[in-house]
Amino acid sequence: MYNFEFVKPLSVADAVSALSDDGAQALGGGQTLIPTMKQRLASPDILVSLANIVEMRGVKHFSGNVTIGGATTHEAVAAADAFAGLTTLAGNIGDPAVRNRGTIGGSLANNDPAACYPAAALATGATITTNSRDIAADDYFQGMFTTALEEGEIITSVTMPIPEASNYQKFDQPASRFALVGVFVAKYAEGVRVAVTGASEDGVFRWSEAEVALSANFSADAIANLSLDASGMIKDLHGSKEYRANLVKVLTGRAVGLAS
Amino acid sequence: MTTITMTVNGQLSSREVEGRTLLVDFLRNGLNLTGTHVGCDTSQCGACTVHVNGRAVKSCTMFAAEADGSCVQTIEGQSNVDGSLNVIQQAFQDNHGLQCGFCTPGMVMAAAELLKNNPKPSEADIRHHLEGNICRCTGYHNIVKSIMAASGQNFSAIAAE
Repeated sequence: MYNFEFVKPLSVADAVSALSDDGAQALGGGQTLIPTMKQRLASPDILVSLANIVEMRGVKHFSGNVTIGGATTHEAVAAADAFAGLTTLAGNIGDPAVRNRGTIGGSLANNDPAACYPAAALATGATITTNSRDIAADDYFQGMFTTALEEGEIITSVTMPIPEASNYQKFDQPASRFALVGVFVAKYAEGVRVAVTGASEDGVFRWSEAEVALSANFSADAIANLSLDASGMIKDLHGSKEYRANLVKVLTGRAVGLAS
Repeated sequence: MTTITMTVNGQLSSREVEGRTLLVDFLRNGLNLTGTHVGCDTSQCGACTVHVNGRAVKSCTMFAAEADGSCVQTIEGQSNVDGSLNVIQQAFQDNHGLQCGFCTPGMVMAAAELLKNNPKPSEADIRHHLEGNICRCTGYHNIVKSIMAASGQNFSAIAAE
């Protein structure tokens, strides 16, 4: 990979300042960015590590919400056991070594169409807090690898309302451990939210029809007669559009059955 | 170039590195600790697994500068003080837990992290924990047996498969 200057600020303010330089790029846990740099698909002049910013780490609970610092590792989120769906999701990303490095902020900023965290953020109606503003999850995800983040903006924390019941079902691509399809179901007093990752060419999305059906009757039977339009689904060597559309339904049913 | 310092297997080590120097290159080329292997260089295979502040990481997917100030353990630091194999290493030898041996440093380091947090793992726990470590001889069966043995558990059910 090309060389770069490595800086590790200790505060969000210093990180924002470092990122204002031309050619500067934020580094979370590096589990996507470092392989990308090795392939020379990214070649920042300055790499700004967010790992030493203490105010961006940790998991806090307050009044029915959980707030996770942007630099918190997947392993730390799994260990915090905030709520069932999130614990399962964080504890099954990649592999143990990846979970010890990768961060929630990095995952959400990258918005890989097959990443797990976008499903949790969208299904819980999370608030994504940056150094300059709060962004609702419904406004944040804008398509494959595309988000509402501006240049140089850092995800400092993510706040999720804790659901009454939740579950995440991932159909693993066994080599990469990315989701071939992943479905996060979150049940709240106001209704049920269903977010799907890995399936759509537009990245993570809410399956609104299933949400309506499950809000009326929270059981797998409620979605038995629904079907998802396969036209916008991803097609690759691992599965066809129709296969993915069917998986979304199957995994949604399983998630509802196992939600706790 | 910047100077970084870390404690590697209990010894304070300082070297000048570039920003792009990977932790595994710092260990292998800087400190001549060549027990940590580079299998794939794409963070798939886990042959480069070391511990940074007690956590298993893939040292091909971490910059040396990110480990500045940390405590690093590599395979070279795993043996007993008298140089004999530790419990995990001995179990790998006793149970034919290695064939070509290329993945073994990473397997041992992954197993060490597992057993530290879960002293009596089930077979499923072990297989789940080794998802990031690939053995291209496909010798997983005996690796799982070795880790069961290292944790003092009966592995006859696995051996019978």
